[in-house]
Amino acid sequence: MSDRDRERLFTSSPAPVVASFEELEAEPIIRREGSLYADAWRQLRRRPMFIISGVLIVILAVMAIWPGLFTRADPRACNLADSLLRPSSEHWFGTDVQGCDYYARTIWGARVSITIGVLVTACSTLIAVLLGSMAGYYGGWVDTVIARLTDIWFAIPTILGGIVILRSVFSTRGLLQVSLVLIVLGWPTMLRLVRSAVMATKEMDYVDAARALGVRNFRIIRRHILPNAVAPVIVYATITVGVIISAEAALSFLGVGLQLPAISWGLMISVAQNRILTAPHLLLFPGAFLSVTVFSFILMGDALRDALDPRLR
Amino acid sequence: MATTLSRDAVAGRPVDPAAPLLVVEDLHVEFRIEAGTVRAVNGLSYTLRRGETVAILGESGSGKSVSAQAVMGIIDSPPGFVTGGSVRFRGVELLDLSEADRRRVRGDRIAMIFQDALTALNPVFPVGWQIAEMFRMHRGVPRKEAREKAIELMERVKIPSARTRAGSYPHEFSGGMRQRVMIAMALSLDPEILIADEPTTALDVTVQAQIMALLAELQQQTGMGLILITHDLGVVAEVADQVVVMYAGREVEKGPSLPVYHRPAHPYTLGLMDSLPRRDVHTERLRPIKGSPPDLLAIPPGCPFRPRCPYARDICAAEEPPLAAVTSEHVSACHFWEEVSRERAGA
Amino acid sequence: MSAPAPDPIRHGEVVLRVEHLVKYFPITRGIVFKRQIGTVKAVDDVSFELHEGETLGLVGESGCGKTTTARTILRLEKATSGHAWYRGRDIFTLSGKEMRELRREIQVIFQDPYASLNPRMTVGDIIGEGWRVHPGVMPKNRRRARIHELLELVGLNPDHINRYPHQFSGGQRQRIGVARALALEPKIVICDEPVSALDVSVQAQVVNLLEDLQDELGLSYLFIAHDLSVVRHICDRIAVMYLGKIAETGDEYQVYDNTAHPYTTALLSAVPIPDPAARHLGRRILLEGDVPSPADPLSGCRFRTRCWKAQGVCAQTEPELIDRGQGHPVACHFAQVEFDPAR
Repeated sequence: MSDRDRERLFTSSPAPVVASFEELEAEPIIRREGSLYADAWRQLRRRPMFIISGVLIVILAVMAIWPGLFTRADPRACNLADSLLRPSSEHWFGTDVQGCDYYARTIWGARVSITIGVLVTACSTLIAVLLGSMAGYYGGWVDTVIARLTDIWFAIPTILGGIVILRSVFSTRGLLQVSLVLIVLGWPTMLRLVRSAVMATKEMDYVDAARALGVRNFRIIRRHILPNAVAPVIVYATITVGVIISAEAALSFLGVGLQLPAISWGLMISVAQNRILTAPHLLLFPGAFLSVTVFSFILMGDALRDALDPRLR
Repeated sequence: MATTLSRDAVAGRPVDPAAPLLVVEDLHVEFRIEAGTVRAVNGLSYTLRRGETVAILGESGSGKSVSAQAVMGIIDSPPGFVTGGSVRFRGVELLDLSEADRRRVRGDRIAMIFQDALTALNPVFPVGWQIAEMFRMHRGVPRKEAREKAIELMERVKIPSARTRAGSYPHEFSGGMRQRVMIAMALSLDPEILIADEPTTALDVTVQAQIMALLAELQQQTGMGLILITHDLGVVAEVADQVVVMYAGREVEKGPSLPVYHRPAHPYTLGLMDSLPRRDVHTERLRPIKGSPPDLLAIPPGCPFRPRCPYARDICAAEEPPLAAVTSEHVSACHFWEEVSRERAGA
Repeated sequence: MSAPAPDPIRHGEVVLRVEHLVKYFPITRGIVFKRQIGTVKAVDDVSFELHEGETLGLVGESGCGKTTTARTILRLEKATSGHAWYRGRDIFTLSGKEMRELRREIQVIFQDPYASLNPRMTVGDIIGEGWRVHPGVMPKNRRRARIHELLELVGLNPDHINRYPHQFSGGQRQRIGVARALALEPKIVICDEPVSALDVSVQAQVVNLLEDLQDELGLSYLFIAHDLSVVRHICDRIAVMYLGKIAETGDEYQVYDNTAHPYTTALLSAVPIPDPAARHLGRRILLEGDVPSPADPLSGCRFRTRCWKAQGVCAQTEPELIDRGQGHPVACHFAQVEFDPAR
C-alpha cells in the first residue's frame, strides 16, 4: 500500500479515503458464505438424522395444535358398550376401558405432552439464561450466591422432589401445576450450562474489545456473549423437551402427575398397566408415541450439536 | 546405551551402508475431506545425512508438518493418505513396511518432538516414569534400571535436580522444562533421526535459545540427523545445513542455507527475507509479500505463488515451474529464477 | 553534564503518563469463603510516558507484565495503585460515564485475529459498534459510507461489509480489528502483540499498515510485543520489562546497540539473526533456567538469580530505574551506560 494514494482519515471531506488494492488483488476469494447459522443450516439440511427428527417433530407439533386434522373422533365421546375393543378398521388403536376411541385419545395426548415439554423447557431456559448470564458475566459475589443456590437446588432429585411437591402442595394437579413443578426442579442443570458457556465466552478478546469501545454490560451480554454462548443451550434445551415429556409421563404414571379426565400418554400408560396381558394395545400405542417423541427431540439435539458446536466435530 | 541391539537392519531388512540416513523422494500426501481433496504435500524431496540438520521452512498450510508426519508414519488415515513417493531410511523403503514394522522404527530409529509438550506428555504419570516406560516397553529393561536410565537422561538434557524432579508431573514443569522432558523421551532409544516440529514456537526467546543449544549439543554427541520443521527464518539460519522452503505443499527452493539466504532464487524466499525486520540492524521499511497464503482447496493452476508474486507473467499461470538448478546443490521452482537471484547478486 | 541535544524522535506533548502503576492479582483458595494465599505481582511500580505521534514498545517475555500493563490502562483490569494520566485526567479515577467518553481516545488492537472479532457479527457491525456508544463521532447517515472508507483505509475490499469474520484470512481479520479501533478516531492505540499470531509474510503487511496509519493520523502507539526484531523496527522508544518492572528504556540505538541492562543483553543475544553467516558472530549469552514465578518475589533485584553480574548488593537493594544523564534509564547496579558521542 503506498502512502501517496491516501488522504487523511479524520478530515470531514466526504471524498472516500483511497487505498491501493495492490495487496488485495491476490486475496483468495474464500468460498464459504453467510453467518455461522447459515453454515449450520446448510450442514443440517444434508443430515438424515436432522431430517427424520425434524419431520417427526413437525408432525407431533401439528398433532398437538390441530388434533382434529388427524382424527374426527371425539376422545371423550365414549361408549361403555365398546369397552376394550382390539384395534380394528373402525377403531384403529382399539378402545379403552370406558370404550373411548384409543386412536383419538393417543392423538389428543400429544397436546399435553408437547405443551408441558415446550413450556417447561422455555421457562427454565429463560430463568437459566437470565441468572446464568448474570452469574457468569459478573462473577464475584453475584456468582457465588447464584451458583451456590443452584448447587443446593441441583441436589434435589427431579422425580422424588416432584412427588413430594405435587403430593403435599397442590390439591388439584393440572397441566399448570405439573409444569410449575418441573420448571422449579428443572432450571439448575440449564443454569450451570449457561453459566459455564458465558464464562468461557467472556474470556474472548472481542468482549474486551467491546468493553474498550465503552459498550455497556447489558449490550455486551446481549450482542457478544449470549449469541456465542447459546449454541450448547439450544442443543441442551432440545434434548430437555424430550426429557421433560418423559418426566411428565413418569409423574403421571406414578399417580402424582395429571389427573383424570386429562388426556396424557403418561396417564394412559398408568391406566394400562393393570391390563397389560389382556389389552396390551393400551400400553403399546401411547408408549410408542411417547418413545418416538422423546427420541425425536434427543435426535434433533444431537444433530444441532454437530452443526452448532464445531469443537465437537 | 547398554543395549546391544543391531542397528544394521531395519525391521529385518539389511541397511545399505552406502545410503544416506534418510532420502525423501517426490513425497505426496493428500487429505480427502468433505469439502474436497487437499494436496498437503505435493512432491517433496530431500536428503538427510548423519549429523546434519535439514530445515523445512514454511508458513501455516505449507505442508511442512504433514511432510514430517508422513516420514514418521503418523498421519491419520483416513482422511490423510500418502499417495506417492519414497521415504528410504538408510536405504530401506519405509512406505513398504507393515504398520507393525513402522511402529518399531518409530521412537527407536526415528523420534519426534512437538511444539506443545504439555499435550504430548501424559498428564497422569510422573515424567520419570514416562521416560522409563520407553526403556521398559522397547528394550525390556527392568523397572529399577529403567528408572536410573530415565534420571540419567534427564540430567543429560540439563533438568536441574533430576532425581527429585523425576517424580513430578508434566504440569509441574515450565514450558522449557517440559520440552526438555520430551527431548529426553525422544532420545531415550538413541534414535538416528530426530524430527523437531516447531520445537520452540511456544517458548520465550531466552528459553528457545536454551533448547536450540541443547539440541545442537546432543546432535554433536550422538551424530543423529535432525529434521527441523519451522516457520522461523532466524532459527533456521542458526542451525540448518540444508533448507527446504515449502509453499502450498510444494518445495519452492532448496539448498545449503548460505546460498538460499544470501542469493534466494525464488520470489517467495526473497519475499520472506524482505518482510523480516532484524534485531541487529535498523530497517527503514519492510517489503511484505502481498496477499494471503492460499486456500489449499483452491490452489490456482500453474505456479501456486503466482497470485502473490511480483515477477509473475503469463507463463506462470499456464505452467507449473519445474525445479531449476541454480547451482549443483541449489534449486528453485521458478520460471524466472535467474532474474530473482540477480536481486541479491551484489550482496 | 551538558544537556543532550533535543531528540528528534520525541514527537509532541505527552499524551499518556503512567506513574507507579501496580497490579497485584490475589491467589485465592476456597469457593464460598475465599482466602488469599498469595499475590502475583504482575506489574510492580511501572512508570513511562507516551508522546504524541510516538510508538513506545513494551517488550519482554511471557509473565513480564506487559499485557497486564496495557489492560490496566484500558481499565479492563482494575489497577492496584498508581496513576495513568491522559491529558491531565487520571484514567483510574474517572466515573463510568467519564470513562466511556475517554474510551474514544484510547483504543486497542488484540493479538489473536480469531478471538478478537465476534463471529456472529458482520464486518460492518463490528466496525460500527463504537458509534452506538459514541453517537456523536459519526452521524447516522454517514456511517455506512464511513465503514467503506475505513475498510479501504486498512486495505480491505469495501464490498465485504456484510461478510462475517470467518470468511477472512488471519491477516485480513487483523485489518478489521484495526478498522474497529480507528472508527472512534482515537489518539492512542494500544497494540497488544498485533502481529505475533500472523504468518511472517503477512506480519510485514500489518506492520506497514500500522506505520502508514500513524503517519497519516498522528496516532500514538503503545506497542506490546515479545518479538524484539519487530519492536526495533516499529518503535521510537522501547521499555524492556522483566517480572513486572521496567529494566531499561531508551531509543532504538540505546536499547539495541548500547544495551545497558544485562537482561536486555541476554534477551537480545537469544534472538536468532536470519543470516547463516552471522551464526558464529557475537557472544551468545544463555540464561540459566526459567523466569521465576511472579508469585514469590525475590529480594533486591529480580533478575539476580539469572544474572552473571550479580553481587551481594543485588540481593539487598533493589536497583531503581535511574537516568544516568544519557536519557537512557536503567534499573541495574552495574548498568553499562556509555556516552554515545554520535548523539
